[in-house]
Amino acid sequence: MSAANPGARHFPLLVGMGALSAFFAGIEILVRIDVINRFIVPMPSQVIASFERVIVEEDVVARFWLTFQEAFIAGAMIAIVGISLGILLYRVEILRRATETWVAAMASAPTVLIYPLFLVIFGRSMWTIVMMGFVAGLPPVILKTIEGLAGTRRVLIEVGRSFNLTARQIFTKIMLPSALPTIFVGVRLGLIFTLINVVGVEFLINFGGLGQLINDLAERYDLAGTYASIAFVILVSVFFFVVTEWVEKCLVPER
Amino acid sequence: MAIAPEPAGRPDTAPAAQAPLLVVEDIVKRFATPDGELIAVDHVSFDVKPGEFVGVIGPSGCGKSTLFNIIGGLLDDYEGTVRVAGERVRGPHPAIGMIFQEESTFPWRSVIDNVAFPLEIAGMGRRERHERARHFVKLVGLDGFERRYPAQLSGGMRQRVSMARTLASEPKILLMDEPFASLDEQTRLLLGDKVLQIQQQLAQTTLLITHNITEAVQLADRILVMTYRPGRIKRVVDIALPRPRSSQIVSSEAFGRHVAQIWSDLREEASLGLQDEDSAYGRERRA
Ligand SMILES: Nc1ncnc2c1ncn2[C@@H]1O[C@H](COP(=O)(O)OP(=O)(O)OP(=O)(O)O)[C@@H](O)[C@H]1O
Ligand SMILES: [Mg+2]
Repeated sequence: MSAANPGARHFPLLVGMGALSAFFAGIEILVRIDVINRFIVPMPSQVIASFERVIVEEDVVARFWLTFQEAFIAGAMIAIVGISLGILLYRVEILRRATETWVAAMASAPTVLIYPLFLVIFGRSMWTIVMMGFVAGLPPVILKTIEGLAGTRRVLIEVGRSFNLTARQIFTKIMLPSALPTIFVGVRLGLIFTLINVVGVEFLINFGGLGQLINDLAERYDLAGTYASIAFVILVSVFFFVVTEWVEKCLVPER
Repeated sequence: MAIAPEPAGRPDTAPAAQAPLLVVEDIVKRFATPDGELIAVDHVSFDVKPGEFVGVIGPSGCGKSTLFNIIGGLLDDYEGTVRVAGERVRGPHPAIGMIFQEESTFPWRSVIDNVAFPLEIAGMGRRERHERARHFVKLVGLDGFERRYPAQLSGGMRQRVSMARTLASEPKILLMDEPFASLDEQTRLLLGDKVLQIQQQLAQTTLLITHNITEAVQLADRILVMTYRPGRIKRVVDIALPRPRSSQIVSSEAFGRHVAQIWSDLREEASLGLQDEDSAYGRERRA
């Protein structure tokens, strides 16, 4: 970051925006010259034009807010519960050996398929959606927490012992900070699964925020509106990405 | 790193009259291995007087780190006793400060917070511990780097951070296990100078474990040469080189003589180690 050339800072951003615009322009041209079927892919210009309609008529702001809340609650839950469970499993050897394979299997299972069960338990409510997001995002957080703790370098623990730290201090002052970067990888991964499932279940059970809107518009065959709503989903994920990055920057210094 | 001649911080003659600060008596450590019992340390006894710099040298695998961990209280289940200032020691003891062979800085802490770590554990307030830590950062020559993180430092600088961190706990005895093993020869010599300078400034009682003969002769008042498996003390060599010393001493004739003498002792042991590695793994020799 040289003060003499402030443009250099924004260069990657500009390149990114430029590439994206070029991509949309390309799509626009291909649709207009009928290389791409306009009944499958709407023209980007139509999508942009439909934003106003989606915002005014479809109440997208309130829907955005609902999806955001669901994702936020589920995200906070995977972080809190996932890290706690990871710590518990790490510390209680027998529990870990009993469950680690299960958790790993769950991480790759299509948990979205159990949504009917959650519908029965929580009804057609926001909580079904939150819990689905929670269940989908939980395994990577647990696994990465265990991995991070187990990966603490032995010599760092020995340094702690040589300074006469209690077992508790060794955990909080050495193992946890050492594991933090790995735990963050887990939380980020988990958030991705959570968000996918939140929007996916909204879509499936036709309830709540942006997922339902996408479902509605797709059924009305309003393709431009559908894509415009998808842009709002991307906005939610961008928001979470920025927030986790910011939290990580505060907690984990450059290494 | 200019080495200012230190004002004679301590007499050149070893303080023979003083009671030893560290007494190691008849230490035996056995490990159970798949090929049976391995005696890593065999009846090792020695003592270190206040302000003295003792080196322990021996071939790879002779039990140096095992001895280091026993004295530092990280290993139990051994025979013999370790005493500090007359008091029997079991487990980690605040009088003993350890510097490890491996890189051991905390990557999530800045230099100053690394060095202040033992003070933080002792419950000292932030401002006060930073002030104290700054003194030790300066002592190892890292002033100006307080806010950096270990990832932004060279290997030699990181080892100095570890050293400052251990010194900040103000141990009566400094215990070092091949602290420069991973560094290149030039850095090693210069860091050796730093250690000498600090040791003289603080009159720090030090036990240095190493496999590097030059390093041992450069730094120590007395060198214990260990045998290869089981680790026993083969010979004690007094290094009568004048103090204050610096790395320039390596080119002196007396230095060469000491090195040659120790090498002739060690060569036999080192080659035993090599044979052992060549033949079946871990077979016990001269048990
Ligand atoms: N936990 C253990 N279990 C079994 N054997 C061990 C254990 N720790 C060390 N040993 C053995 O004890 C012997 C001494 O090991 P130690 O690490 O003390 O050697 P060292 O002199 O420090 O070697 P180096 O110079 O390579 O660091 C070695 O033969 C090693 O294989
Ligand atoms: Mg060793």
